[in-house]
Amino acid sequence: MAVATHAPRRPGPVLVGSAAVVAAWVVCAAFWPHLVPYDPDLQAPADRFLPPGPDHWLGADHYGRDVLSRLVAGARPVLVVAPLAALVSVAAGTALGLLAGAVRGWFDGLVMRLLDAVVVFPVIIAAVLFIALLGRSAPVLVLVIAAAFVPLVTRSVRAATLVEREKPYVEAARLRGEPLWSLVVRELLPNVRGTVLVEATTRLGDAIFAAATLSFLGLGQPPGSPDWGSSVADNRLWLQLAPWTVLAPALAIGSLVVAVALLTDRLRRQLGRS
Amino acid sequence: MTAGPVKGGPVAGGPVMPPGLVVDGLSVAYPAGPVLHDIRLAVRPGETFGLVGESGCGKTTLGYLLGGHLEAGGRVLGGRVLVDGVDVLALRPAALRRWRASHVAFVHQEAASSLDPTMRVGRQVAHVLRAQGLPRQAVAARARELLSRVRLPDVDALARRYPHQLSGGQQQRVVIACALATRPRLLVLDEPTTGLDASVQHEVLGLLTGLATELATAVVLVSHDLPLVGQACDRVGVLYAGRLVEVGPVGEVLAAPAHPYTVALLDSAPTLGVPRAARPLATIPGRPPRPGETGAGCRFAPRCPAAVDACRSAEPALAELAPAGAALVPSGGHAVRCLRPGAVGRAAPGARPAPAGRPGPVLLQVRGLTRRYGRTVALDNVDLTIHHGEVVGLVGESGSGKTTLARAVVGLGPPGEGDVLLDGQELPARVTQRSRQLRRRVQMVFQNPDTTLNPEHRVRHILHRAIRTLRGHDDVPALARRAQLDDDLLDCLPARLSGGQKQRVAIARSFAGSPSLVVCDEPVSALDVSVQAGVLETLARQRDRTGTSYLFISHDLAVVGYLADRVAVLYRGVLVEQGPAGQVLAGPHHPYTARLVAATAPTAAAPAFVEPAPVDPAGDGPGCRYASRCPYRIAGRCDRVAPPAVALDDGHLVRCHLDPASLPSAAWLAPGSPAAAARPG
Amino acid sequence: MRRFLLRRVAAVPATLLGVSLMVFLATDVLPGDVARTVLGREASAESVAALRHELGLDQPVYLRYLHWLADFGTGSWGTSYTLHVPVRDLVLDRLGQSLMLASLAFVLLVPVALALGVLAGLGEDTPVDWVISGVSLALGATPEFVTGVVLLVVFSVELGWLPASAQTSPGDGPLVILSHLVLPATCLVLLCTGYVARHVRASTVLVVASPYVRAARLRGVSGAQLVRRHVLRNATVPATSALGVQLQFLLGGLLVVELLFNYPGIGALLLASATAKDLPTLQATAMVLGVLYLAVVLLADIAYRLLDPRVRLDGEG
Repeated sequence: MAVATHAPRRPGPVLVGSAAVVAAWVVCAAFWPHLVPYDPDLQAPADRFLPPGPDHWLGADHYGRDVLSRLVAGARPVLVVAPLAALVSVAAGTALGLLAGAVRGWFDGLVMRLLDAVVVFPVIIAAVLFIALLGRSAPVLVLVIAAAFVPLVTRSVRAATLVEREKPYVEAARLRGEPLWSLVVRELLPNVRGTVLVEATTRLGDAIFAAATLSFLGLGQPPGSPDWGSSVADNRLWLQLAPWTVLAPALAIGSLVVAVALLTDRLRRQLGRS
Repeated sequence: MTAGPVKGGPVAGGPVMPPGLVVDGLSVAYPAGPVLHDIRLAVRPGETFGLVGESGCGKTTLGYLLGGHLEAGGRVLGGRVLVDGVDVLALRPAALRRWRASHVAFVHQEAASSLDPTMRVGRQVAHVLRAQGLPRQAVAARARELLSRVRLPDVDALARRYPHQLSGGQQQRVVIACALATRPRLLVLDEPTTGLDASVQHEVLGLLTGLATELATAVVLVSHDLPLVGQACDRVGVLYAGRLVEVGPVGEVLAAPAHPYTVALLDSAPTLGVPRAARPLATIPGRPPRPGETGAGCRFAPRCPAAVDACRSAEPALAELAPAGAALVPSGGHAVRCLRPGAVGRAAPGARPAPAGRPGPVLLQVRGLTRRYGRTVALDNVDLTIHHGEVVGLVGESGSGKTTLARAVVGLGPPGEGDVLLDGQELPARVTQRSRQLRRRVQMVFQNPDTTLNPEHRVRHILHRAIRTLRGHDDVPALARRAQLDDDLLDCLPARLSGGQKQRVAIARSFAGSPSLVVCDEPVSALDVSVQAGVLETLARQRDRTGTSYLFISHDLAVVGYLADRVAVLYRGVLVEQGPAGQVLAGPHHPYTARLVAATAPTAAAPAFVEPAPVDPAGDGPGCRYASRCPYRIAGRCDRVAPPAVALDDGHLVRCHLDPASLPSAAWLAPGSPAAAARPG
Repeated sequence: MRRFLLRRVAAVPATLLGVSLMVFLATDVLPGDVARTVLGREASAESVAALRHELGLDQPVYLRYLHWLADFGTGSWGTSYTLHVPVRDLVLDRLGQSLMLASLAFVLLVPVALALGVLAGLGEDTPVDWVISGVSLALGATPEFVTGVVLLVVFSVELGWLPASAQTSPGDGPLVILSHLVLPATCLVLLCTGYVARHVRASTVLVVASPYVRAARLRGVSGAQLVRRHVLRNATVPATSALGVQLQFLLGGLLVVELLFNYPGIGALLLASATAKDLPTLQATAMVLGVLYLAVVLLADIAYRLLDPRVRLDGEG
């Protein structure tokens, strides 16, 4: 009946398992040329639609390419694009949010108006338009995803900054005449660190989601890439014939996003507790 | 009366218990350690019992437990809580719920949070009545009756409002109406007036105790504020480290405290009208034990000036002071848990000090200062002067503009009309426009100790930055030592410090550049009484040593009177009075000052109650802002014409239409009055 | 409230202009010659130039924008380059299809998410909570095409219970239509339920721990009454804003789900027209989706303010 003040820790295996899944995919992304049994692009017409078996553990697709090899190699595109997009958006958003929150005045007004304008526009439509405009490539993908996330990061960091800047320790620093950069770097940044950290992991998960979805929509990686989202889109035509070719990359995406989400959740709890 | 036998937990057998509340040998532990030990007390119907202690002493746990509520992880190790003979802790959940619905009521601090924010207040009262089983048709009328009984104005309109549309005092009255709806047999008040202004506090408390007597309810008032308990209660119990160390009739305990801790508590609280020069506050060395810190002997012994070896070896029992008639449960007598009761006496007030020497030249001059937030006028044409080496106390209720004035002086507020001059030199409105020299000379100590220090920086770094940017000449350890900070605290993060230590660091920080003026905005209001005394002492010593002037802001008249040479009174943005501290407090003074003084008075000397009319900040006429609440108002004049500033004598200004001869005064505070010197806290 | 409404509604035309400008600029500077796209690779330079003139592509940008805006405002949205049908009929028909799917998802989503969230919040840190929180966390993080593929493989390929395509033929009865909509709608529901349920859970936990619920408890109010009177309302108010955010996801989800299930909705149309550089269709689709999105966000915002008396009615928009 009473409210528990100390939540008992969740079972540890969840945390260990999620970390292991993320680590495994990172290893695949980094070292796939040494890990794959076949060249992911090697077409073997004889093996077309071969179901999972001893030669091809996860079967083969409509070109006879090894599904497992493409799966391992496909970790790289998403694990390059998503962390980069998260990094760019968090760096830009933190800088903007801190400055807008610390300076206030016309600068804050301008930044917030601009971000409101971006936020009010449905991201997915913008992404479709921009990628149609700029073409499909990894850098475009990073930019589009980061641009969509910057307003969200900026808002959180600015909100945290506004809370901190009203606290007496910041006012005391202003009273003794600390310059703006010192206020931002010495006083504010260390105290919005938690918000930035949570934003970083949240945006990483969202960026994986967005990169996979855009690839699936045919707006991400260039055609022929072993990227998971593209593979699902390409292979879904043969869903009835060879479901494993669709299921494998789909489950790979699922395992990565769920693991990242669990880690983010844990981090947020940890920070919320301290 | 809804009182009746409650199924599920009548006391089986045993002696017939007296009506009202009986706590019998109650002991409670949390996972961290024991919090309550062998609590015994009894409260008769219609009686008000005050439970006093500092934070962490277990008083809130005890308060909740009287209603059968224990935070998760807590365990009752032994003992009973009986209300009209019902063993509350033995009730099963369903029976406990039925019993609570009809027998007990709670009022907590911060009423705003005890009301559902999305429900109109009328409905919330109605829900309580419906839970009583009152028929639907009767609910509306009874709810109206309850709301008018707690003296809320315009009940019908008010019942349709949401909690956030009411003032703090009104919210607390709605909570009281909910509490009284059950006609409870036991009423638990947990710091019911903390956060309310002194004058409102006074009214709310009077209302509560009056209604409780009328309903013959046993009342337990949990509070950290001994003088407040002195005003409102019949009997008082003092808690220290989970033990009842002293219990007795309130007059007896306050006049002749027997336990050294009670004595220390009383001596550490400032008394209205007794300045520091007459009686410096006592500080209690050390800190109270935390839950789980066990030891043999009396728990207060490590901090007790009268402790002997025997005190450290065995814990004394709670025993009646009068040798005759020791009862199982202390029911009326004066009992104390001490081997040497009465060994420590109250500090005697010293001789009245000679009037302070002539004040130095003018340091700070505030001229015609006006500040607005939107349409609200926060400060209206304020003039204030502070001399070199002088402490000027600034009092007023919340929203009176105290903090706006403080921030305008240090340069943190929004700009507006009027000038602030330091030694005749104009201070720019924004701190960023001030020269390094001016910034160094005007510094500030803030209210909340928990946010006043950057949680990411160690104390040494905090003080080092202050010395660097303010071009101070001290080194860090010297600066810290002058603020009574031990060297080993320098390498701690703020989270490791106590509230008092944090405020000392803040004081040291403000003194890093040898300031001429330090603005102290409620520097002790978040601290326990005994800690407050230490911080006030630090401030006083720094002033004595450096001759720095203070603008000292507080809602607590006694604290201001303790430290200040002169006092200024702010009412809704208007400075209604300023002058030498003794004269402002004792009067003749402004009717509003009279109200503040009466609210802080240990005796019930309150002026006639006038319900404040709804305040429309935008619609203030040219008349006196206090007119709508003033019992002395002259109809047709006070509400039409702005009052003049009348000089009484010696720099004592009162902004009032009343003839100086008919201004109210608090005679018992008059300088030289024997009552003022001898009166106990 | 009135001031807030006025301000918000007054901001709509400006936002719409911004959206239209963005749509126009993005589509207008799309690489590739529209006239050549329409006529095909073998067309002569003269006929391409003639078509450019006919389409007004040789005029300055701002003139073209104003013409386009005027045309759009008066309802002449042009003819699809690729499908050769009036764009207005095409887009509105597809919009209707999408709205049907989205409404079905929304109707399923709200009660499920609220119930799960409140249930988990009331049983904070019990096994019920762990399961609900864990599952909703995982579902909320998983792209809808991943859950969609799994659903398809299980219910369509392996079990053969439900059709793999959401496309229906004219004349199908409501039950058949519904059977085609079940999988795509479930896909959308699964994604959004996780997010909304987690919000509801968080606010339920806060409400349960709040002093006013404790006060009600100490007055002897029973658990069921507590939930009905205090928890439900106070916990679902913040969820309204979460639902508002979800509508954006729902919109993005429509694109994905319509593509995956071959559903003839407006999302699929947006993608197809962007890929085919079918400008009039792309512009109209983007504009219609933009308007729809703005309207929905506005509605969610107003609903939130109506439900919560504390929100300052004239505060920040």
